[in-house]
Amino acid sequence: MISDGALALDPLVVGVILAMTVVTVLTKVGGFWLLRRIEISERLEAGLSVLPGAIVIAILGPELAAGGPAEWGAAGVVVLVMWRTENILLALCGGIGAVVLFRALG
Amino acid sequence: MTKLDGSDADRDHSGHIRESSDGPVDDPQATAVERESLTFGREGIRAGFLTCLPVALGVGGYGVAFGMLARQAGLSVAEATLMSATVIAGAAQIVVVELWTEPLPVAAIVLTTLAINLRYSLMGAALGPWFERLSPRQSYGSLLVMADENWALTMRELKSGSGRGAFLLGSGIAIWCCWVGATIIGATAGGVIGDPAQYGIDFVLAAVFVALAVELWDGRPTLVPWLVALVTAIAAVTFVPGRWYILLGGLAAATVEVIRYDQ
Repeated sequence: MISDGALALDPLVVGVILAMTVVTVLTKVGGFWLLRRIEISERLEAGLSVLPGAIVIAILGPELAAGGPAEWGAAGVVVLVMWRTENILLALCGGIGAVVLFRALG
Repeated sequence: MTKLDGSDADRDHSGHIRESSDGPVDDPQATAVERESLTFGREGIRAGFLTCLPVALGVGGYGVAFGMLARQAGLSVAEATLMSATVIAGAAQIVVVELWTEPLPVAAIVLTTLAINLRYSLMGAALGPWFERLSPRQSYGSLLVMADENWALTMRELKSGSGRGAFLLGSGIAIWCCWVGATIIGATAGGVIGDPAQYGIDFVLAAVFVALAVELWDGRPTLVPWLVALVTAIAAVTFVPGRWYILLGGLAAATVEVIRYDQ
């Protein structure tokens, strides 16, 4: 499918993308749909509310653990810029600049 | 969930999705949000679009990265663009192209998409107190363009009491335009650029998640669930195949939070 060029659409790939779309749409509308029909206890709500942050950490932990000092240092730069400026674009540029710099030094 | 809004986080230290202290949970008339009027119109779409535009440009940086990674994984520019236009879920798309090998692991791809996007259910549910008052077409239509960034902006907007019901839709349109446009740029350039590590492109995913973590950090109450998620994920990545460590880490943290709710 690579050789077919930039505009190629492989039927299997399109099928997988459609399946991803269906699953994603279900997650996007499903929670709201369910909430209108069932009562969620405060206890369950407290548990559900930590999920987004916890999933971010669950992705990030192994990702950073697999890296080295250059990645850890650059992650520190992202935290610092984000914490000080709350500007995601600035934080991303800082982090990517830092990782390129630290890798060159290392 | 409420921690993206500092002032609310102070009042609502237990991190509830809904503010339910005003009355019985089964009486929606008693909640504070019911009293303000909610509109759904052009003005709200416009406000959402303009407020989100700087953030959407940041998302665009991430879209360029996705386009490059997708191209290197063997997707064509058209396929990468189609995925961005219909799936509209950055983290899932970037993780999925890492799984993209011949023959395509279809089940792993779809299940990973589900696992990573399950959080959208919670985010959509958190919009419930306001979206319940919109028509089904307005609410479900808006939810289709929900992403992490515009959800956070919309929660802040609606909690401020502006009553702009179309804010999620407007901000989502800004995200969609930047996300799809950036994917085309990245995928086109991705065929030209050689090694992504040379430009630090491979670090974009980690950088985005670090930035998201800083935004989601809510002080002490966040510490225990995050540590549980971290330890579980690092243990699971060694012992469990595939990307299941992501879902396991999240579920372990949620379970611990449910157990220690009373304390």
